[in-house]
Amino acid sequence: MEKISKQVENALAARTNAAEKASLTDRFNPRIFYEFMESMGHGHHIGLKFRDFGENWVELALPYSQELIGDIATGVIASGPIISLMDNATSLSAWTAHGAFRNQVTLDLRVDYMRAALPGKTIVGRGECYKLTRSVAFVRGIAHDGDINDPVAHVAGTFIVIEDHM
Amino acid sequence: MHKLTLPPYALFLGIEVDSMREGSPVLACSFSPAVMGRPGFLHGGALSGLLEMAAIAALQAQIERDEPNLTLKPVNITIDFMRGGRQKRTYAMGNVTRLGRRVANVEVYAWQDNEEKPIGKAFMNFRMGQNQESA
Repeated sequence: MEKISKQVENALAARTNAAEKASLTDRFNPRIFYEFMESMGHGHHIGLKFRDFGENWVELALPYSQELIGDIATGVIASGPIISLMDNATSLSAWTAHGAFRNQVTLDLRVDYMRAALPGKTIVGRGECYKLTRSVAFVRGIAHDGDINDPVAHVAGTFIVIEDHM
Repeated sequence: MHKLTLPPYALFLGIEVDSMREGSPVLACSFSPAVMGRPGFLHGGALSGLLEMAAIAALQAQIERDEPNLTLKPVNITIDFMRGGRQKRTYAMGNVTRLGRRVANVEVYAWQDNEEKPIGKAFMNFRMGQNQESA
């Protein structure tokens, strides 16, 4: 537990730093935020990478890895990592659309699985924030493995803004 | 104790079978940086992965008991995040609300110290099929 506490402390410091660095530009820059956060936590553990962003969207990539396999017989990865990919991509899209970092947590998330991801292929997760209010970010996204018109999954969710935690 | 085997992804996050309850597996995952999202808290995606794994395990257990020829394919999952998951061990257990020939519905929830206060719950729909060899 001692060791984990230290890691949590480090992660908190890294996140404060990342939020500051990402806000030095006119608008919140998710690429910079991600750069400072990418060696941390669950996203790092499953191998998420930053890809691209626009005004209200962010793309992350999830490279194929044997450790993520959910079905040994086929080599298809589990859907858990796809949920994590889309949770992170949509979460970043909310700050990007807002133009600044703010504390938020996922309220709910729905994932529709169109088809299994192809073994060996990198999965791209595109998250988009299509509506922001003072306390809620409405997001949606698509996960695909090369062709966005042939998606692996669709997601829709909401984040709520909280004030009490960094 | 039971024949349920979890896939590499489960082991990678530290998800394990904690116990069996009325034929349904209780899965658990200890807190570690591998499942941390917001510093000090459980990642929503990792929690979702645990919920989904528990839902599938519950359905598989019931299939083995009642309908061994059925195969399952996840169609969708809806997750409600109810409380921030703390730096503690997290448990999840699924409950098959309906197992039909074409569709199955499973509800699943996750908790930490107090099972009465779940940190998240989810609802999953599955498309069921017949095992080719026996159909």
